[in-house]
Amino acid sequence: MHRLFVIPTLLINVSIILIPALLTVVLAFYRWDGISDPTFIGFANFEKLWGDRIFWKALKNNFIWTAMFLIFPIATGLLAASLLLIIRRGRTLLQVIYFLPMIIATVITARIWQGMIYNPQNGILAMLNQYGFELRDPLSQTSTALFGVAVVDLWHWWGFMAVIFFAAMRQVSQEQIESARIEGANYFQLMRWVLIPAIKPTIALMMIMTVIWSFLVFDFIYIMTQGGPAFSSEVLSTMAYRKAFYELDVGYAATSALVISLFGLTAAFFYIRIQNKEGVE
Amino acid sequence: MNLVESRTTTTIIYVILGVAAFTALFPIALMVLNSLKTTPEIAASPLALPLVPHWDNYAHAWQGAKFSQTFINSAVLMLTTIFLVLSTGSLTAYVLARKKIKTWKLVTAYLLATTTAPIQLFLFPLYFGFAKLGLINNVFAVSVVYCALFSPFSIMLLRTYFLAVPKELEEAALVDGATPWQVFSKVYLPMVWPGLLTVALIVGLYTWNEFLIATTFLQASESRTAVVSYFLLSGQYSTDWGDLMAGAMLVTAPIVILFIFLQRHFIEGMTGGSVKG
Repeated sequence: MHRLFVIPTLLINVSIILIPALLTVVLAFYRWDGISDPTFIGFANFEKLWGDRIFWKALKNNFIWTAMFLIFPIATGLLAASLLLIIRRGRTLLQVIYFLPMIIATVITARIWQGMIYNPQNGILAMLNQYGFELRDPLSQTSTALFGVAVVDLWHWWGFMAVIFFAAMRQVSQEQIESARIEGANYFQLMRWVLIPAIKPTIALMMIMTVIWSFLVFDFIYIMTQGGPAFSSEVLSTMAYRKAFYELDVGYAATSALVISLFGLTAAFFYIRIQNKEGVE
Repeated sequence: MNLVESRTTTTIIYVILGVAAFTALFPIALMVLNSLKTTPEIAASPLALPLVPHWDNYAHAWQGAKFSQTFINSAVLMLTTIFLVLSTGSLTAYVLARKKIKTWKLVTAYLLATTTAPIQLFLFPLYFGFAKLGLINNVFAVSVVYCALFSPFSIMLLRTYFLAVPKELEEAALVDGATPWQVFSKVYLPMVWPGLLTVALIVGLYTWNEFLIATTFLQASESRTAVVSYFLLSGQYSTDWGDLMAGAMLVTAPIVILFIFLQRHFIEGMTGGSVKG
């Protein structure tokens, strides 16, 4: 009887995710434009990918992205969380403020930054330029486009980390913190020897998720630069999307998707292990 | 920490936290402020207050993005998705929390694995499959896709609420001759409603804001969501920033108002399961 309860979830999940995912694996070995009959071409898509300059550029950008998101949001998140732990007033309000960017739609966030900050005609950038700076829209330069998008994503993301780390730090025993303080530990010693070790499982989980999410990143880049200019901010997911829906090279898109999944899968393996440790008791 | 900090330390801490708060709020404030200004006013200074508030920006944005149609689409999509996730997810969460069967571990692992799968891994066959079945531009078909995407984390969250229900209640109901369905619907559901509310809010938020699936599967102007119609509007007239910020306000305001009143549920739902200890 109880087995029946699980059927709706599994039915939906398998038909929307698992079956299409398996089809993607198959499609990676075909040439297909989405309309006519697919042609089996063996490993040709993989060979093409290996020789594709844009693929390597995108892969490199994914790694840069991962590095940025492993460092910046986790560092600021830890800092803000530990400071919230020290103060007594305004904790809730500050948490709500830090969390706010997280609930705004990506499209909206992207347009606010594009129009109000990066815009060289009427953004903050234009204002600074009136004061003698010579700043250009970072999204329009090949050397800075990826970082320009990353700043926006980081802005909306770091507060989420702060709130999570704060929740974890609140579970650290008060006695432990107080005895460290009585022994004269300063802020850095307290972080190094008490707080960070205590919330290590949470930090580990967030780092794994960061790696997974960094290889999935799509929305901000697609909306703000579409991978340009000249593929300078291209990542694997925007590349796969373009191949499938703009160039109708669905087989090749499937091959790229497989490569993205490979990186995600490695991280997911660790994620499931951590989650299951306290999962089904 | 309950030890008294020196005045200077406290001040420094508040300054750092204050700067962080300012950073988080500044772009949002720019949106609010400039939604009431004309484009020349914005170009003169994005920080200045509007001379006269231009409320007509809101009317322009409302018409330009066809919000009277697309808000309804978004709302229908949201409600259908919430209904699907809650009905299928609570059943699964109940079983995963209460019934000890070996294969459940496999089910849990599978569901967790799908949360980490990139959308691109299943997007392309799904799109062309839907196209073949005539399901493109169908709001209900998209809500099934969302249900698959949002169910796993919803189930994990709901599961903790089911675990908190005392087992004795179920046993007592069974002694009284209740069927498994009655145990679920009469004993458990009334007790886990805070969890259901949290999941409904988060799923609603994600559905309202979602971009990739919505822009791919709902292309016709009659079936677009608010976020996608805003995206297209801002691509078209990307020079009229007063109107665009007003449109941004319209899409964001309902969410922010809900968030301010129910922030505990939002934060708990979105961070749930992330704290390990």
